Amino acid sequence: MIEIERVGMDEVVAGSHVNHEAVGLTREDVLELFRLMVLTRRLDERSEQVQRQGKTAFYISGRGQEATQIGCAYAMEPGKDWFLPYYRDFGIMLAVGATPRDLALALFAKKDDPASGARQMPAHFGHRDYNVFTSSSPVSTQIPQAAGIAYASKLRGEDAVCYVAFGEGGSSKGDFHEGLNFAAIWKSPVIFLCQNNRYAISVGQEKQMAVEDVASRAIGYGMPGVVVDGQDVLAVYKVTKEAVDRARRGEGPTLIEAKTYRIVPHSSDDDDRLYRTREEVDTYRTSQDPIVRLRTYILENELATDEELDHIDKEALAHVDEALDWAEQQPDPVAEEAALYVFAEA
Amino acid sequence: MAEEQEKVAEAEAEDVSAAAEADQEALPQEAQEASGESAPEAEQAEAVQTEQRERPNKMRMVDAINWAMIDEMRADEDVFLMGEEVAGGSGGTYGASRGMLEEFGERRIRNTPISEMVIGGAAVGAAMNGLKPIAEYMTANFAMLGMDAIVNHAAKIYSMFGGQFNVPVTYRMAATWSQNSATHSQTIEGWFAHVPGLKVVYPGTPKDAYGMLRAAIQDPDPVIFYESINLYYNRRLAEEIPADMAPIPLDRNVVKREGSDVTILTYGRMLSVCLGAAAKLEKEGISAEVVDMRVLRPLDLEPALASFKKTYRAVVATDDWRSVGMGAELAASLYEHGFDYLDAPIERVAQKEVPTPYNRTLELSAFPDEEDVINAVKKVIR
Repeated sequence: MIEIERVGMDEVVAGSHVNHEAVGLTREDVLELFRLMVLTRRLDERSEQVQRQGKTAFYISGRGQEATQIGCAYAMEPGKDWFLPYYRDFGIMLAVGATPRDLALALFAKKDDPASGARQMPAHFGHRDYNVFTSSSPVSTQIPQAAGIAYASKLRGEDAVCYVAFGEGGSSKGDFHEGLNFAAIWKSPVIFLCQNNRYAISVGQEKQMAVEDVASRAIGYGMPGVVVDGQDVLAVYKVTKEAVDRARRGEGPTLIEAKTYRIVPHSSDDDDRLYRTREEVDTYRTSQDPIVRLRTYILENELATDEELDHIDKEALAHVDEALDWAEQQPDPVAEEAALYVFAEA
Repeated sequence: MAEEQEKVAEAEAEDVSAAAEADQEALPQEAQEASGESAPEAEQAEAVQTEQRERPNKMRMVDAINWAMIDEMRADEDVFLMGEEVAGGSGGTYGASRGMLEEFGERRIRNTPISEMVIGGAAVGAAMNGLKPIAEYMTANFAMLGMDAIVNHAAKIYSMFGGQFNVPVTYRMAATWSQNSATHSQTIEGWFAHVPGLKVVYPGTPKDAYGMLRAAIQDPDPVIFYESINLYYNRRLAEEIPADMAPIPLDRNVVKREGSDVTILTYGRMLSVCLGAAAKLEKEGISAEVVDMRVLRPLDLEPALASFKKTYRAVVATDDWRSVGMGAELAASLYEHGFDYLDAPIERVAQKEVPTPYNRTLELSAFPDEEDVINAVKKVIR
C-alpha cells in the first residue's frame, strides 16, 4: 500500500515545523525567504490598490499563499528549470528573478510588458528570461503542457525540472488527470504543486471533492504524493527539494499539496463575505499568516531582530512603490501593434 | 483497429468518387493487427533496427505521410511523434507510422494514453521547450477533445507571449467517412481555419502530403495537417516521390487542372472527385479549371482569383457542411475580391446538413460526389 507523506500536518505551530539548518539553509537564506515573502505581499497589496483607484482593469491576488510559492521556488533553479505558474503566483515570479517593475508593466498593460507586450491579462505570468510560460484563463490547462515541457528536457538528456501550479479547484479538471497520468507514465520531471487554498472562487473544498487530500490522488497515478503545511515556508522548501532531487535523478514527478489559504477575495470582481466568515479569514491574517509564522521562527531562533525585519519590510514597500510609479509612466502600445505576433515569421 | 481498417478498405471499394476506382487491395497485414503493449520506460527504448526500410517506388497517401515523417526525423533530432497507437505493432491505427518505432525507438515514437487533452497540451509544452512534436489525433473527431490546447494555447501563445515563444507543433488528424457514423465522420477543418495563429492545410495528393508535411514539421508555427483516410490507400493516386524532393511551402495554392469555362475551388478528398468531374465534363465540351485550395489558412486566394478572372464562373466543392463552413469562406472571398468578374452566382457543393448517418446508402447520399460537382458546374455555366 502506497501512502502519501505528511509534513507539518500533525499540530498547529507558531513558527516552523522544520529547522532551517536541518534542510541545508543558512541564516542568509532564511532572511532572503523573508524578503521575498514581504516583497510579494507588498506588491500584491499595492496592486489591488491601483485597481481600486481605477488605474488598472483587473486584479487577482495570491495573498496568504506566499510561503507555499516562495518555499517551492527556492528549492528550484531559476534559469535552468521551467515554470508554469498559475494566476496567484506573484511569489513564484519574484523568486525566480522577475522584478516588481516587470510585474507592474503587466499590471498596467504597458508596451514593454515582458510577459506579452500588453496582450495578456495581469497575473497570467510569462517571462522568457526566466523560463516562465504564459497561461490561459481556463484553469489547469498548463498541466498537460508541463508534462510535455518536462518530457522535452528529458528527451534531450537535460536534468531540468518543470514546476506547474494549480489550485485545489483546478484539480477537478480533466487536464489534471491526463497531465499527471501522462507525466507518471513517461517519468517526466515535473513538480505538480497544488496550492490548496480551500476555495474554488466561492466553492469550499468539501463541495469540490470527496477526499481530504488532493495529494492522495498521487497514489492512483503511481507517483509520490506529499501533503505539507503551506503556511510554513521551510516545510514547503524541504518537501519540494526532495521532489526536485528525485526528478533530477530521473525518478519522475511528484504531487505536492500545500495546505494554504487565500486571505482576500478571489479577484477584484468577487466579494468573499458571501461565502466565508470573518473569523475563519482572521486566523490566517494573524497567527497563521505565513509571514507572521516565519517572523516568529526567525525571532525564536534569534536570526534577526524585530527592527531588522521591519527594515526589510520597509525596503520592500519602497521597492514596490517605485516600481508601480515607474510603470505607470511607461508608454502604452499603439493600436497598429495589435496585428503583430500572429505567426512566428511575421 | 482491424475493424476500422476493414471499413476503410470497404469504403474505398464502394466509394463512388475517384477513390472508388482504386485497386481493391487488402490493407497491409501489419496494419490490420491491433497494436501491442509497449514498455513505458523511455530508457529501455533505443532504436533496434539496423537496416533502413526501403522506400516504395510509388507512394500512396499513407506512404507519403509515413515517409515525410521518417525523412524529417532522420534529418532532425528534435522531431518526435506521439499519439494514440502510433507505436503500435501496426504502425498506428492506419499504418501512417509504420516502421518508425523500429527505426527511432520509443523515446521518439511515443504511445500516449487515451488522453486527447494531454496530447494537445504536452505537444505545446514540448514545442515551447525547443522540440518539434508531431501530435497525431487518430481522427479529427478526437481532436475536438484537445480543442483547448490547440485553440487556446497553440494558436495564441506566440501572441499572448508578445512573440517570445513560438509553438512549432504539427497536429496531424485524419478525416474519414466510411460507415463510422455521426461522431466519427466529421470534416472540421473550417473550425481550425477560423482561428488566427493556426496554419491549416489539407492536401489531396501523396506528393502534396509529403512536401507539405515536411514543411509543416519544420514550420515555426502550429500547423493543422488534415488528412483523408478515404485517400490513404488509393493506388490510383500513388506517385513517385524522390527523397530529395523539396518541401512544399505552406503559403500557396495551385491550379491542378487547366480549363477556361469554369473554376472549381476544392481541396482534400474532394480534389480527386473534382478532377474526375472535370474529366467527364470535358467529354461534354465543358472546360473546367480545378484549383487545389490545399492551404486554408493563411488563405492563398490568388490562383483561384486569377482563374476566376478568366472563367467568370465558379463552383466551391468541399466535404464539410455548407453552413458557416470552409466553402462559405471560399465563396465569400471570391465575391469580395472578384465581384466585378462575376457572370453567375457561385455554386457550393457540400455535405448535407445532417449528422453523418451510418447506413451506407444514407451516408453516400449525404456526401458530395462527381455528379453533384457536374450538376453545380452546369448550373453556373447555363
